[in-house]
Amino acid sequence: MFGYFAKRLAYAVPVCIAVSALCFSLVYLAPGDPLSAVLPADASQEIIDDIKAQYGLDKPVPVQYILWLGRAVTGDLGTSIGSGRSVALEIGNAIGNSLMLALFASIIGFTVGSFLGMIAGYYSGSTTDKVVSAIAISGVSIPHYWLGIVLVAIFSVELNWLPAMGAGAGGSQEWAWDWEHVRFIILPAITLAAIPTGIVTRSVRALVADTLSKEFVTALIAKGLTNRAIFFHVVKNSAPTALSVIGVQLGYLMAGSILVETVFSWPGTGLLLNTAIFQRDIPLLQGTILVLALFFVGLNLLVDILQPLLDPRISRT
Amino acid sequence: MIASKEKDRPVVPPEVVSRGYWHGVISRLLRDKVSVACMIILGAIVLSAIFAPLIAPGDPTVGSVLERLKPIGEPGYLLGTDELGRDMLTRLLYGGRMSLITGVVPVTLALIIGGALGTIAGYVGGWTNAVIMRTIDVIFAFPSVLLAVAISGALGAGLENMLLALTIVLIPPIVRISESVTTQVRELDFVDAARASGAGSLTIIRAHILGNILGPIFVYSSSLLSVSIILASGLSFIGLGAKPPTPEWGLMLNTLRSAIYTQPVISALPGVMIFIVSLASNLLSDGLRSAMDVQR
Repeated sequence: MFGYFAKRLAYAVPVCIAVSALCFSLVYLAPGDPLSAVLPADASQEIIDDIKAQYGLDKPVPVQYILWLGRAVTGDLGTSIGSGRSVALEIGNAIGNSLMLALFASIIGFTVGSFLGMIAGYYSGSTTDKVVSAIAISGVSIPHYWLGIVLVAIFSVELNWLPAMGAGAGGSQEWAWDWEHVRFIILPAITLAAIPTGIVTRSVRALVADTLSKEFVTALIAKGLTNRAIFFHVVKNSAPTALSVIGVQLGYLMAGSILVETVFSWPGTGLLLNTAIFQRDIPLLQGTILVLALFFVGLNLLVDILQPLLDPRISRT
Repeated sequence: MIASKEKDRPVVPPEVVSRGYWHGVISRLLRDKVSVACMIILGAIVLSAIFAPLIAPGDPTVGSVLERLKPIGEPGYLLGTDELGRDMLTRLLYGGRMSLITGVVPVTLALIIGGALGTIAGYVGGWTNAVIMRTIDVIFAFPSVLLAVAISGALGAGLENMLLALTIVLIPPIVRISESVTTQVRELDFVDAARASGAGSLTIIRAHILGNILGPIFVYSSSLLSVSIILASGLSFIGLGAKPPTPEWGLMLNTLRSAIYTQPVISALPGVMIFIVSLASNLLSDGLRSAMDVQR
């Protein structure tokens, strides 16, 4: 078991290094000079050289990468070209909002998906099963940015129940656990939950239907257990897999929320990415993508490590 | 000459001729009502996009300021008009061209490139396999949406950049599937038999492996179609793909956002099209999977 953990951890190191290299190389994908955003068009060669040296762009590429990686490890992701603030600070301000949105969406996705998946799996082949399967495939097929627009049209424009955008009244960024703030997260969280709900429903449905067809369930029925007691056994058997599905989904939600955050102007990392792209702020783009990708790698690592602990049947060596 | 060749061929009694695997797949697919409905819907949308210039009532880029945001059913505008007074029906028909192309092209390119890389990795094995698969692992370490946004964001807005980004995102999953099915098929006895009888690698791949792996790879790729269409329209939605005034469903959703307070139904119409195409292609892909009896 510990051999597996060590191997899994050791494997994550080269992946992290490669991910960082890929993030770093984004600068070289960008057309033109990365400094064109800050330099005046008529800057003299001296000023250009000076600023290049300031940003470390006068050194050879591998040296730049090592220096960048060295700084990134200590938490220094450079300075945002657009705002002039430190990239780490900008990400620090935004990542909490994204994490909260993704957690809310995961909780919705996990609860609704598990519930739907269980009843569909339990009554496998029935009309309920078919309806749930239709909901599940709609959840994974729906363009969620469009779902967000539709929800805004219904709940903000027509019914005027919930705010259409932002994360607090008057553009405030301070979060508090009261209705004035929570009501802002409801629509974006539901929107973001569409895909994980569909995926969790499908996996749980398959798991429950599969578990019910196992011999031990037939034995339980023969033993005369009530349906409720049998259901408890089925839940116990499918829960670890369902948890690992939603764990991986949380990573996708964190990183994939750019569209939803754009629709709702939710001040998270997605909106930060959007700003970085359209202001051609490469350090901010690099930093945000690096942090989100490492979060994703870390979360997958965590799921892989937790899964055998939660479910002793999975023995990895 | 052809005639004499045909004479030399042994005569096969017609009742022994196998109807073939693909014949079975198609007849099973046609028996599935959902799949047939999806084929009809997708076919209608594709045809209406191709023949948009013939059937559209207006010009997709010409509008009138006086006719802005007319409601659905207004005389002359079956589906109303958009924020610049352009006919919505016309723009939805033309929009399908760009949206379908940006959805299909990346999947096709990824299928060719990813399929080739995966087959090579699976067949050759050893170091080649390690190099290809570990590179793919790194790309896999990025969630797909993030990688697509990162690449097209760094390259800058534009259609070609977006197509490139989507292709790169879709290659890794196809490589993984192709590698795993190729590895399975390579271990089978008939491949050993072919090698023992002196067939070269290329012949073995062409004659014995491709036929057995194309089905699963193709089914898997078809399930990526909906991902590609949603992502492509999504990138256009945030301004990384098609540029105004090009009619494209995702971009139309974006430019119509200002109209949500006056004409909420019209502002949601382009998304309905994306949803229908994505749902139909997902259902058709599922139908194809069960018709081909491919285990995931």
